[in-house]
Amino acid sequence: MTTLLEVENLSRSFGGLVAVKDVSFSLRAGRITALIGPNGAGKTTCFNLVAGALKPTSGRVLFEGRQIDNSPPETVCRMGIARTFQIVRPMREMSVLENAMIGAFSWTRNVSEARSKAYESLESVGLAAKAHARADQLTLPDRKMLETAKALSTRPKLLLLDEVMAGLRPTEAAGIVDVLQRLAEGGLTILLVEHVMRIVMEVASRVVVLHHGAKIAEGPPEEVVADPKVLESYLGAGFHA
Amino acid sequence: MLANPYVISLMTIVLLFTFLGQSWNLMLGIGGQLSIGHALFVGLGAYSVGVLYVKYGISPWVGLLTGMILAGSVGASIAWLSFRFQVRGIYFALLTIAAAEFARIMFSGWEFVGAMQGLFFPAPTGGIEISMLRGDTRFYYFVALALAALGIIGTEFISRSYLGYVWRAMRDDESAARALGVRTFQHKILVISISAATAAAGGGVLALVQGSIFPDSIMGMGLSVDVLIGPVVGGLGTTFGPLVGSLAAIPLNHLMSALGDSLRIPGLNNITYGVVLISVVWFLPDGIWPAIVRLCKAIQAPPTAWLWQSRKVEE
Repeated sequence: MTTLLEVENLSRSFGGLVAVKDVSFSLRAGRITALIGPNGAGKTTCFNLVAGALKPTSGRVLFEGRQIDNSPPETVCRMGIARTFQIVRPMREMSVLENAMIGAFSWTRNVSEARSKAYESLESVGLAAKAHARADQLTLPDRKMLETAKALSTRPKLLLLDEVMAGLRPTEAAGIVDVLQRLAEGGLTILLVEHVMRIVMEVASRVVVLHHGAKIAEGPPEEVVADPKVLESYLGAGFHA
Repeated sequence: MLANPYVISLMTIVLLFTFLGQSWNLMLGIGGQLSIGHALFVGLGAYSVGVLYVKYGISPWVGLLTGMILAGSVGASIAWLSFRFQVRGIYFALLTIAAAEFARIMFSGWEFVGAMQGLFFPAPTGGIEISMLRGDTRFYYFVALALAALGIIGTEFISRSYLGYVWRAMRDDESAARALGVRTFQHKILVISISAATAAAGGGVLALVQGSIFPDSIMGMGLSVDVLIGPVVGGLGTTFGPLVGSLAAIPLNHLMSALGDSLRIPGLNNITYGVVLISVVWFLPDGIWPAIVRLCKAIQAPPTAWLWQSRKVEE
């Protein structure tokens, strides 16, 4: 099993606040890994460091053996890492299809090629029927899936998903779980930042737990949820299942 | 109607400002970069044509090309400097005004280009010379018509190409576009230099039509505002907006100016201009052209599901 992404001793502080503290983990190709932790644990900061939206204070991020932590987001994307945003950001005046086309222009200048890739991406997240709707007419779960489709159009090797299931009803989340599992079966590596533990249990083969910016546990989900340190971080000291 | 020389020269101005509006519209309406100093590029085009023709007798065709290259490079340099140092949005717009004013003051004091006295083209002889772009008012009407048509076709072409998609994405949300691999730094420089170069082409023809160039009128704030009125009134980011907007605004301005003269109300044109602009922004914030499109669609299809149906028909 090959390692696609390696995070080495990554730290990032904002002024005096240390948001991410000496975090290391690696992602294996073709697997779904989840980055979890309570609110304010540094998940999104960690995610932005990998995506190139933030520069680390110290530490390195290696993708396929190449250092990427000094590259701007567009370069990181062109190397094969696509991301979604926690707050969904459709290009409002454009149709769903046009939104999904943008990512394809990172590897082609041919509009019809981009359009067929965009259809393919929408198809894989179950949005093809709404391709001609305006992006701002979509429901929240559909918008979350559009974010994923936009990212898929860049033909990524690694997909970074930021709280793609936050704010969804269980049935809606289950639909997304299916989509993610199918993508992983197709060979895509996924890093999932998620707050909802139950979903992570279902979908991830490996879990990294952050608390106050530091990694406190890593392993298969069933082991991690039994870890007293993890329970303590989520539920407070003194609580044991 | 084309027999009336007044109507012809008015339409020539309308079409020229349609083209200049297209150039400005490409930059803000599609690329998302606001310029309030487009007079700089218009002026550079005008002076390139003027200096080469009046001083050296070189064909305006060469002048137009020189002006486009010059303005394109100046636009690219301003954009590079600005975005390199994180000057963006409204601060970039302020920088464009500063650059235009700087150029206006420089040209006002520069004897070689005529300073405040300006440059004058020799009076037309009456014959049409395509190689020297000289002719009567009808000739310039057709030149302006060709330019405006070229602007509309060009805008539509860019809009449908990958550049159009990438630029609109960049306009709507820059960081989201970057996350999807759009090299926004390069694309901003590209859209600004294309816009600047086309504005210069329009400026060169405007100078020939007017027969003279003065720094205060060709590089002044007033011209920068005239350039953006068409697309703002007609519809930002639309292909036909600048045409519709210029058709509505410029004849109105001339009419009110004439009316103001005969009624002895100085500044009536400016007052009307102000009222019309405020009304359009208030009642049709996305411009006249999108409102016409909405109206046509509403008439054609049953009101309940018109949006979905008209989309399907396009496929």
